[in-house]
Amino acid sequence: MSVKILLRTTGRVLSQLRHDRRTVAMVILLPLVLLTLIYYLFDKQPGIFDKVGIILIGVFPFILMFLITSIAMLRERTTGTLERLLTTPLHKLDLLFGYGIAFGVLAAVQASVGAGLAYWAFGLHTAGNAALVIVIAVADAVLGMALGLFFSAFASSEFQAVQFMPLVAFPQVFLCGLFAPRDQMADWLHALSTIFPLTYAVQGLQEVGAHATPTALMWRDLGIVAGAAVLALALSAATLRRRTD
Amino acid sequence: MDNAIEVRDLVVVRGRREVLHGITTSVPAGKVTGLLGPSGSGKTTLMRAIVGVQKVRSGRVDVLGSPAGSPALRARVGYLTQAPSVYADLTVRENARYFASLYPGITSADADQAIRDVGLGQAADQLVSTLSGGQHSRASLACALVGKPDLLVLDEPTVGQDPVLRDELWQRFHALAAAGTTLVVSSHVMDEAGRCDRLVLVREGRIIADDTPTAVRADAGTDDLEDAFLRLIRREEATV
Repeated sequence: MSVKILLRTTGRVLSQLRHDRRTVAMVILLPLVLLTLIYYLFDKQPGIFDKVGIILIGVFPFILMFLITSIAMLRERTTGTLERLLTTPLHKLDLLFGYGIAFGVLAAVQASVGAGLAYWAFGLHTAGNAALVIVIAVADAVLGMALGLFFSAFASSEFQAVQFMPLVAFPQVFLCGLFAPRDQMADWLHALSTIFPLTYAVQGLQEVGAHATPTALMWRDLGIVAGAAVLALALSAATLRRRTD
Repeated sequence: MDNAIEVRDLVVVRGRREVLHGITTSVPAGKVTGLLGPSGSGKTTLMRAIVGVQKVRSGRVDVLGSPAGSPALRARVGYLTQAPSVYADLTVRENARYFASLYPGITSADADQAIRDVGLGQAADQLVSTLSGGQHSRASLACALVGKPDLLVLDEPTVGQDPVLRDELWQRFHALAAAGTTLVVSSHVMDEAGRCDRLVLVREGRIIADDTPTAVRADAGTDDLEDAFLRLIRREEATV
């Protein structure tokens, strides 16, 4: 790995985003629109937004990052830039971490803006620090990104890539505790939810919501999310083959 | 070292089809070697094997003294794929500077020079997606030249370029060769064959001629290279 190549790759991905203002605008604004929708959805049920809003601040970046990363990586494959990059001195991890940092920056902006709206405009109340909410949301976005990089290897067209989103993201969103408490699910679903990394991101956010100081459980959850992201990145590296048929 | 590339008994299978049936050839250093043959003959597969991105069934390819695809070769070999492989959502300059940054000792100034070398100086700050087809391929060529490699493998670099530009590109290729770079250039246009120092004619995964243009003409008994290749193909078919 080379720090110079890593940073130049990060810069290159950010330049691509800079030329694509509409995508950046959608990434930042879409969660705001959805949060607003959710806020008024529970208009007559006080206290619900505190529970749901905080989870959504973590779930939106996960889904969005999964989607844009899998498309970005698919483009690298289909336009031949990936094959070209792999004939240069660039290390696979320079590329993967380059994407990781660039989209991580975007995710941090997205999560901060989303959290800002929820706290100031909608009076979201959490016992813990808002900064922790953003940290967990960014970890969650990086996880979504890493899974997107990995699953894009199994898609040969954009039609296929977008369908990995419902396949990979939806079950995790359904089982993470957003729609129903996990202990009220069928046992096999509960078991399944314990192997989904998104579950831990949501649990970590709920810990911040309920406790004034960071709990050990929250740190463990954050560690699991970060660990799953690193694992997915390592698996993605294995899908980048220098020699192909 | 006289030969930059040594290919021995190379067999490549793609899918269920054997694409290269035991090719043996060598490419002299500091020369322009033309890889000619009809579409689907295996030119691209042979180039991919030289660059080290092609899985091979058997045989070996040595490049600049190391097995093709060795990590040590990555800073020394430049590859231009047939379809332009640059980022459409970046400008020409951003593309060239990014690829420049991947090679040790290559600067932004080198990137700007590579852009001028392919005649895109005026379009340097244009997004690649707004370029014409010919400009798009030249942007891709600039990114292959930028690393100042010892070996350049160029898959149909002059397709879709106007005659004046094509002439300029060929002059550039010879200038690079004169400075010591080895070039392998594929083409399916026979009028480009005469511009090469050496020719390798590939047909259906086999080499049917491997010599200087002069020797190929003499062997076939005609001055026209297109005609010479036709005669060589017929002679080959008659012996099978």
